[in-house]
Amino acid sequence: MKRTSKQWLRNPDMYAGYAFIFPWLLGLFVFSLFPIFFSLYLSFTDYDILSAPQWIGFENFKEMFTDDPRFVKSVKVTLLYVAVAVPLRLCFALAIAALLNMKIKGARALRSLYYLPTLMGGSVAVIVMWGQLFGLNGAFNSFMRSIFGIEISISWITDPSTALGSLIVLSVWQFGSAMLIFLAGLKQIPASLLEAALVDGASAAYRFRRITLPLLSPVIFFNLVMGIIGGFKVFSEGMILTGGGPHDQTLFYVIYLYENSFRFLHMGYGSAMAWVLLLAVSILTALVFRSSSLWVHYESKGEREA
Amino acid sequence: MNATSQKRGGNLWLSAAVWGFAIVMIYPLLWLLSSSLKHTTEVYSQAHKLIPAHFYWENYVSGFKGFAGHSFFLFFQNSLYVTIFSVVGTVIASTMAAYAFARIRFPGSAFWFACMMLTLMLPSEVLIIPQYMLFNKLNWINTFWPLIVPSFAGGAFFIFLLVQFMRGIPVELDESARIDGCGRFLFFAKIMLPLIVPAIVTTAVFKFIWTWDDYFAPLLYLNSAEMATVSLAIKSMADPTMETNWGALFAMSVLSLVPVVAVFIAFQRYIVEGISTTGLKG
Repeated sequence: MKRTSKQWLRNPDMYAGYAFIFPWLLGLFVFSLFPIFFSLYLSFTDYDILSAPQWIGFENFKEMFTDDPRFVKSVKVTLLYVAVAVPLRLCFALAIAALLNMKIKGARALRSLYYLPTLMGGSVAVIVMWGQLFGLNGAFNSFMRSIFGIEISISWITDPSTALGSLIVLSVWQFGSAMLIFLAGLKQIPASLLEAALVDGASAAYRFRRITLPLLSPVIFFNLVMGIIGGFKVFSEGMILTGGGPHDQTLFYVIYLYENSFRFLHMGYGSAMAWVLLLAVSILTALVFRSSSLWVHYESKGEREA
Repeated sequence: MNATSQKRGGNLWLSAAVWGFAIVMIYPLLWLLSSSLKHTTEVYSQAHKLIPAHFYWENYVSGFKGFAGHSFFLFFQNSLYVTIFSVVGTVIASTMAAYAFARIRFPGSAFWFACMMLTLMLPSEVLIIPQYMLFNKLNWINTFWPLIVPSFAGGAFFIFLLVQFMRGIPVELDESARIDGCGRFLFFAKIMLPLIVPAIVTTAVFKFIWTWDDYFAPLLYLNSAEMATVSLAIKSMADPTMETNWGALFAMSVLSLVPVVAVFIAFQRYIVEGISTTGLKG
């Protein structure tokens, strides 16, 4: 039944509904919708915030892919970071979650301890500390010298060959959130299944591979998607510790985007980079979703009841 | 029985290994705490020792001197100001929007809900430049407004979390309240809000931690020392072009983590559940 506009206006729920979403709706227009379309427009312009934007068509995108080695470098660095840090972090998270899921003394306290680095890792204080821990005279080198007698005379953060690695270790160290999500997933696995396999004589490794992993695959999938998206957006760690250096070895995509937009005031170019990031994240997420049917095992409701 | 005792023995080794690894994992945090109590010369000459030779509390005094003539008290005050208003704004706007999406059937609600879910996926980097231009036009650069005002539009993730929570509350409650003559606004304030306190706490706790730790927005919008938040202040004190008093810097670093740790201790259950049930990143 089609309602006339008058009925529509007399609907008291309409006023109530829009009154309640008003702050959010206003914010949506001002802080999301307007900016997203405006940045799309800016990505086709040359703009330095001081003078009006100049329409230049696809020039920004062309420059990015054909004439900007630093852009290519930033893509490579970010991809390498994501490709190494995300799987490593998930492995640690899963391993520790599986161990904590066993009957271990003080599992709750352990859970909090393993979560602490993640809780604090986002703060500038811990990032700055990381730089000193792995600095030339930091605790790590000092340890190596005093306990193992190994003299290390590099600063892990500022040496071009280890800078990215030390940022990857910083990211892997913060596996706490993924671990908590895995723990919740592990608790959902029916004990009866694992016991049945145990009775049948299946080894622990076999049970983990054939029962735990398939049942946990939706959770692994979720953590993977979130990890990839978060990895593409990495900023503070690099900005604070290395500033993208040495020799652009840690020039993460968002750092280069920030430099272009707010240091060189190439805001058109920065907008174009942001849109490439948006597209890349969307495409990658879609790809991972597409591939999920190949390896993610979704249990049907009937199966769970059994 | 032999099998169980063997299993116990295995578990003991396992427990020891898991505990040992946990110590390794939190060692950097312990090192930070210990370095904040060492004299600056000792921080690096004795970097491998966790217990300082002398407890050098003066670091905390000299740390509070801050930099550029501003006491560290000011930076804490700035951070607290920004964080509290952001949390309050987020909670108000998010619960309101969530209530409308969960309980009121109004024309366009499905459409706007879909819009909200889309913004969940949106990388904020796409929005930064136009937002900066907007705040620049409003003359809000180097004020706290750009850090606070967007919070009063709520957060998509929190709205989603609150909607999910409200859907678990029986609709019969709404109906009986309506029969008793209770209007929507009264129902929201008097009946719904008290029932969703756990979800509100989760929202507040995460918003608190994220805002307190945030570095990007302060870096972008605050450019004078007296406006600096704790994040910016610590970064400025660690400036590689200046001679850094590391002991004092570590002392302030430890203090900057205190609010986050306090919130974690007080609301651990909400944080753990928030992450494990909705995947909120911690």
